[in-house]
Amino acid sequence: MLKRPHYIALGVVMLLTFCVLKLPSQAAANLKLAISSLFLPLYGAAGSTQDLVVRTSYALVPRGELIRQIDTLEREKQETRVRLMQAQEAIRENARLRDYFAITRQFPWKPLAARVSSRDPANWWKGITIDRGSRDGVRTNSAVVTAEGLVGRVAEVGYTHARVVLVGDPDCRVSVLVGDERNREHGVIDASSSSPLDSALVELSYLSRNAKLSAGQVVITSGLGGVFTKGIVVGHIAEIPRSVGYGLYKEAMVRLAVKMSQLEMVFVLNP
Amino acid sequence: MNWFNTIAILIAAYLAVFFQATFNELRQWVGVQIDLLPGLIVFAGLGSSIVTLTLLAVCGGLWADSLSSNPLGMSMLPLFLVGLLIHRSREFILRDQPFAQFVLGTAGTAAASLLTLLMIINTNAQPLLSWFSLWQWIVLSLVGGSVTPLWFRFFDWIGDTLNYRPLGGNSFRADREIKRGR
Repeated sequence: MLKRPHYIALGVVMLLTFCVLKLPSQAAANLKLAISSLFLPLYGAAGSTQDLVVRTSYALVPRGELIRQIDTLEREKQETRVRLMQAQEAIRENARLRDYFAITRQFPWKPLAARVSSRDPANWWKGITIDRGSRDGVRTNSAVVTAEGLVGRVAEVGYTHARVVLVGDPDCRVSVLVGDERNREHGVIDASSSSPLDSALVELSYLSRNAKLSAGQVVITSGLGGVFTKGIVVGHIAEIPRSVGYGLYKEAMVRLAVKMSQLEMVFVLNP
Repeated sequence: MNWFNTIAILIAAYLAVFFQATFNELRQWVGVQIDLLPGLIVFAGLGSSIVTLTLLAVCGGLWADSLSSNPLGMSMLPLFLVGLLIHRSREFILRDQPFAQFVLGTAGTAAASLLTLLMIINTNAQPLLSWFSLWQWIVLSLVGGSVTPLWFRFFDWIGDTLNYRPLGGNSFRADREIKRGR
């Protein structure tokens, strides 16, 4: 049997829950960001500790190993420079042709490096928090990538941090293209709960029923929807598509290019 | 009311929320994120006042939701209900037994996550649910149950370290008393 203080406490919590849930979405988002900023000192302390550990580990690496790594990186840098020159020429040519045929110009991305501060503590969402916010120019719906491919999109932006929803979260559906130049198919990367055996698999649905795809084909963003720029690698087809919805369309499993559980550093693509 | 106890529990909740958002190892191994708050609620329900319990549910719920995609305020009521249920029947619970703590922690974690999920489903949000969620729920509950006795040990240690030590027993024995008389 509940006593009077229990009823009062229950009433207070229920009233508070109701009030917070009924806040306008913008006010709720601002309140959420304000509360989450209480953890900034801990993020700062954790980041400093991590830096200290990394710097200490540098001191333990043998000098010969460092010289070997510098040589490797120097070679890679030279190769990258040559590729960059080729790419810049291709970009110039692309811009000329776009002007010639009056096609809207694509502006280059401005990648902003960010560190992953934390992950969504709930099991039914896929999200991370990064240590860049509005003061660094991060905006809502900016694409987030790594060198391997697409990570997700920015959902909420605070002054010093931002929340990113990952590919595979119900709040991050991605319009994609798959197949070669002649036989391209549109599809949508849908929300899917990862399997215990493989957390990198997501569902690619709404492929046309005539789609002829095979395992291993690369899946890239289509640019439709205006959130993700066209051409970002999402992953590759892991299983041959199967018919669903009484044969109306096909579905396939896609292995993501990025290992979401091992993310440490990401890039926010600002327009 | 012992404010030290309340403040210690709230600090522990703050650190626990941060830890569960940054600890990624269990998710990498078994695909499940830990939840430490229900265990703490079980501890508060058994040994603290209703005010402490309410503050813990409100602050802990808001902190956890602020780092999550959950709608803000979604975790407060489930945590409070679990705590209230335990607080109401705490005279009948063997709070010092680790097995009882484990069972309560497991049941509390299972109930809190299930209630939160039910509340989320009743809003416009669409959480990620499949058969794998059942596995996550079971592992989450068991881990929550395993962590609960650790909360009791931790707060016992804090109490022993920071409180005054109780006076040692008196060597006086009533049955050995020499009674003088005529």
